[in-house]
Amino acid sequence: MTAGLLRRPSAPQVPARFRDLLAAEWIKLWSLRSTWGSLALILLSTVGLSVHATLATYADWARWSAEQRALLNPLWDAFPQQAQMFVVLAAGSVGAIAVGGEYATGLLRTTFAAVPARRAVTGAKIIVVAGVMTVLGLLGAATAFGVSQAILSARHAGMSVGEPGALRGILASGLLVPVCALAGMGFAALVRHTAPAIVAAAAALLLLPTAVDEDERWTALLRHAMPVPAWQRLIEISEPPPWITIAHPATISGAWTTYAAWAAISALVTVLAVHRRDP
Amino acid sequence: MGQVIELTALTKRYGRTTAVDDLTLTVRPGHVTGFLGPNGAGKSTTLRMILGLTTPTGGTATVDGVRFADRPRGLRYAGALLDAGDVHGGRSARAHLAALARSNGIAGARVEEVLREVGLAAAARRRIGGFSLGMRQRLGIAAALLGDPPVLLFDEPFNGLDPEGVRWVRGLFRRLAGEGRTVFVSSHLMSEMEHCADRLVVIGRGRLIAEQSLADLAARSTRTSVVVRTPDPAGLAAVLTAEGAAVRPEDDGSLAVTGLTAARVGDLAFAHRIPLHELTARTASLEEAFMELTAASVEYLAGEAR
Repeated sequence: MTAGLLRRPSAPQVPARFRDLLAAEWIKLWSLRSTWGSLALILLSTVGLSVHATLATYADWARWSAEQRALLNPLWDAFPQQAQMFVVLAAGSVGAIAVGGEYATGLLRTTFAAVPARRAVTGAKIIVVAGVMTVLGLLGAATAFGVSQAILSARHAGMSVGEPGALRGILASGLLVPVCALAGMGFAALVRHTAPAIVAAAAALLLLPTAVDEDERWTALLRHAMPVPAWQRLIEISEPPPWITIAHPATISGAWTTYAAWAAISALVTVLAVHRRDP
Repeated sequence: MGQVIELTALTKRYGRTTAVDDLTLTVRPGHVTGFLGPNGAGKSTTLRMILGLTTPTGGTATVDGVRFADRPRGLRYAGALLDAGDVHGGRSARAHLAALARSNGIAGARVEEVLREVGLAAAARRRIGGFSLGMRQRLGIAAALLGDPPVLLFDEPFNGLDPEGVRWVRGLFRRLAGEGRTVFVSSHLMSEMEHCADRLVVIGRGRLIAEQSLADLAARSTRTSVVVRTPDPAGLAAVLTAEGAAVRPEDDGSLAVTGLTAARVGDLAFAHRIPLHELTARTASLEEAFMELTAASVEYLAGEAR
């Protein structure tokens, strides 16, 4: 036998440390090329589409009326709708792949044979994925804000980070990324297949909000309980103009609550679903 | 010393199908125990229950007295290769093993050791997606060895291995058992077990059929038979049957005779003036013994309506 290779046929007592699981999930996340690709794509689209939208405003500024200029929310250019749609889809997919990929490949059996504490493994995966997505989201949002406002300031239309609503807009846009990733993980844990989980996440996060308006009390409530409308509320810095009336407007605190609830419920669903069902 | 795998009335039902039925057995250290049965006999389900991956419907499975699902970390207690495909093809072999090692608090140097041990050191940086089945089996064996565990489980480890690989795996199993470990290896082919297992557990349709040493099994069903070829099979069959033998016509026109020695068959033919063209004494192989044992419990039989 190879000397020292297979040492002792008895199990030593080694403490089960949660940070070992975090480190293992960290290795798993970064050892996939698709992680690097999708994270780079999220970052580039956040900043790139923001610059694109801002440059359009910059070019048209001379033709705008004073009224139009007064109504401009500089955050609309920093965090344009199309960038956010893209980010929601990509972040939801990253989450769905992180969980669904382990089911689809069968790796989950290998993982659970090595670590029978299923809830701890899933918890570690949630923390690593959500943590990385939070850093990425905030980095992208802060960069998009900085670049777009630098461009707008040349037209004296930009805002500084100290102005009311600016920091909230950055936080809301950044945190939307981990919230959507967690939702993607939750759907993947429930359906246990990657592609249907991505479709479900896209439908729930992007399509459903377009189907409910704020005219009725109950539809408004439903709408306010969705992450993308919550994000839309959080990047508004002033009251809507007087000619727009909203029967049941969303509140800032309500929007933050929606973020927190989606994150918490998604994490809980992921842990419970993965724990309860045999891989 | 190594540790014991103990199954007590272990049962798994999926709806109306019973995959594992009241299985009670003990797998002891220091031996390679072959776990044999036809396809669908419940071998994989049993192994998954031992590892806590599948929750039993009834009964218990323990390793060293503890249900595996109750252990926070597993690799130092039991190493397993269940399915070589249970990996993510996008990762390198090294990254796959590094994540597993790290999750159990095993040093990174051990990853390099097991990669060398299974002969994958040169392919460590390559993505698993490009591996052949044989290389994946080696990677799975490397993962099983990571925690230097006293108990090792392997499900069909010979699949996809070349002859050199098969020899290496047999040697490895014997060495692991020689070190006092408990080695439990499933297979549906007796021939794979003949040269490496010293104890056998045979199951069929989820039930225990036999649990004995390889030598005992061989002795129990080594029924010698005699193959005889003659231009007058009907005449010879009548003579031999009258002497108390069982005679079965074979597809190639010969007769398979059990219950008489070759010498006696020859004498009887001579006495009755029946010419013989061939007279061969045949010893039943372990493979046939196994087939005999499991004939009643074969789940999927080719060419026969069930």
